Amino acid sequence: MENNNYMLSVRNLKKYFNTPGGKLHAVDDVTFDIPKGTTLGVVGESGCGKSTLGRTILHLHPKTSGQIIFDGRDISDVSKAELHELRKEMQIIFQDPFSSIDPRMSVKQLIAEPLKIYKLCKSKEEIEQKVKETMETVGLASRLADSYAHELDGGRRQRIGIGRAIILNPSFIVCDEPVSALDVSIQAQVLNLMMDLQEQRNLTYIFITHNLSVVKHISNDIMVMYLGTAVEKADSKELFKHQYHPYTKALISAIPRVDIDNKSERILIRGEITSPIEPPNACRFAPRCEYATERCHNEFPQLEEVEPGHFVACHRVRELNNL
Amino acid sequence: MGENTLLSVEDLVVKYFLRTSTCEAVNGISFTIDKGERVGLVGETGAGKTTTALSILDLVPNPPGRIVSGKIILNGEDVLAKSEAEVRKIRGNDVAMIFQDPMTSLNPVMTVGDQITEVVRLHNDVGRFEAMDKARDMLELVGIPGERYGEYPHQFSGGMKQRVLIAMALACNPKLLIADEPTSALDVTIQAQVLDLINGLREKLGMSLLLITHDLGVVAETCDRVMIMYAGSIVESGTIRAVYKNIKHPYTKGLFGSIPRLDIETERLDPIKGMMPDPSNLPEGCAFCERCPNAIEECKTKRPQLEDIGDGHMVACFNPLKEGA
Repeated sequence: MENNNYMLSVRNLKKYFNTPGGKLHAVDDVTFDIPKGTTLGVVGESGCGKSTLGRTILHLHPKTSGQIIFDGRDISDVSKAELHELRKEMQIIFQDPFSSIDPRMSVKQLIAEPLKIYKLCKSKEEIEQKVKETMETVGLASRLADSYAHELDGGRRQRIGIGRAIILNPSFIVCDEPVSALDVSIQAQVLNLMMDLQEQRNLTYIFITHNLSVVKHISNDIMVMYLGTAVEKADSKELFKHQYHPYTKALISAIPRVDIDNKSERILIRGEITSPIEPPNACRFAPRCEYATERCHNEFPQLEEVEPGHFVACHRVRELNNL
Repeated sequence: MGENTLLSVEDLVVKYFLRTSTCEAVNGISFTIDKGERVGLVGETGAGKTTTALSILDLVPNPPGRIVSGKIILNGEDVLAKSEAEVRKIRGNDVAMIFQDPMTSLNPVMTVGDQITEVVRLHNDVGRFEAMDKARDMLELVGIPGERYGEYPHQFSGGMKQRVLIAMALACNPKLLIADEPTSALDVTIQAQVLDLINGLREKLGMSLLLITHDLGVVAETCDRVMIMYAGSIVESGTIRAVYKNIKHPYTKGLFGSIPRLDIETERLDPIKGMMPDPSNLPEGCAFCERCPNAIEECKTKRPQLEDIGDGHMVACFNPLKEGA
């Protein structure tokens, strides 16, 4: 289990929130590994628990149960002081560059903040030098150093967020919908930047998004989530070639395609996502699944390897796909 | 103007007059929409898509905005020459609009049914009970059980709220439906449901559709024709096939280069360099000139006009891309 090639291993991670109606199962029994220097894409629709997963790994939410192993070390139950040190290694880039940045700090101050918190520099000059280098790395012109966030557009603000995340030289970054708020041409610039950084610094990413074409572009592996559970996990190219879970099939067929000569038939899913509060111990997708049987409504399907490296959580996966 | 033309926008110019500057939001655009036609208007944030849509209904917020010149001919009548009272009759009746954000477009303290009933009674001479029946029918039409008439918006999910807005927009059988980013706030599977619904209803009721979006994929699946907008001007337009298969404008090519494709393996995206120019300080020549890899001397000094290059495929560029580029 303690494999040193893995940057992060997560075992049976659960995160439940208490609500007046009962326990909300935001993340339910999720297990995965991420090899060093690669990207795991986590996709799913609103409310599937993908952001909670990222935050729970970083201890931004206390977990309910499960194990988190970071770089060979079990960090499931670390003290506050240890966590403080760990955060140098694991950072996060948030979705909304408009609300995740302090409007009263200049670009320079924002990017220098992590350095000051960790007291990593001996002199003001050293801080300034580092900020300058980081701004250059993330593609912010040095003339913007004294600007405030409201003077900048979304793409530049997101570059500040990236700068804050990488200035401590972390080895692992959780990217929570980092390009969803941006226009396509700016989105492409930011994606290219993130991929360049990964190559230069051998970073490991968890890339959380609802945008399937973006996730295909940036990820090595993809995990599809539905209502707190992982329903399918495979290599990114493999997943877009063969989908075995009925939900993944519908999800991928629903992406509007630019290629007008190869229209795929859209698979429409009936209804909407069901409640995550006290869900029955059964397949979460069963109420909307056209293939659901008695068993699907009564028994929770575990992820199983149906082909090398391709994991699916569905009771009927073999019979439906002739595997 | 052909007999089949429903809407014709001629040389529309809209500006926002701010305290220190003037923002040129729409700079002399012209286009037509035929009866029953589906047209997509594509562009990035700040391209002037929403301002164009608001102009059709004479809803540009004034002040600071003003339609400086141009004509909007709907069914042979000039909308901009009408009085406020006359325009109010057109809104919701002949032309209906669906807004981007279903979360904020509904009144939170009114039941969804009453909100639809209100629209029906405003435009038709019907009694309260008749209007309520009509509202229930409309809810059923968009796939919401009529029993949910008495529920409030917070009891609906995002996709359901968007359905309520569609029901409201279609309650008076409009001839033209303007949908401003109707699915941008929704998840892909719900987006697929809503697009299918709009398409199905459009066919059933024979409306025209102006779909505003930044998503080239959504347009490809929903529209007959597409117009690409950049910095307040239409830079390329034509049938979906003409524009998608034979891209002429460098900006259109940049847009396509920016989207990660599902069907093609790309190592690196090929985005457009830089950013859109400040609309209060547009360059003298082509607005795309600074970011354009194809720019020539002429582009710096003259603004290109839309020209037909065959089969209704229009492009505004002095140095368009070659065949198959």
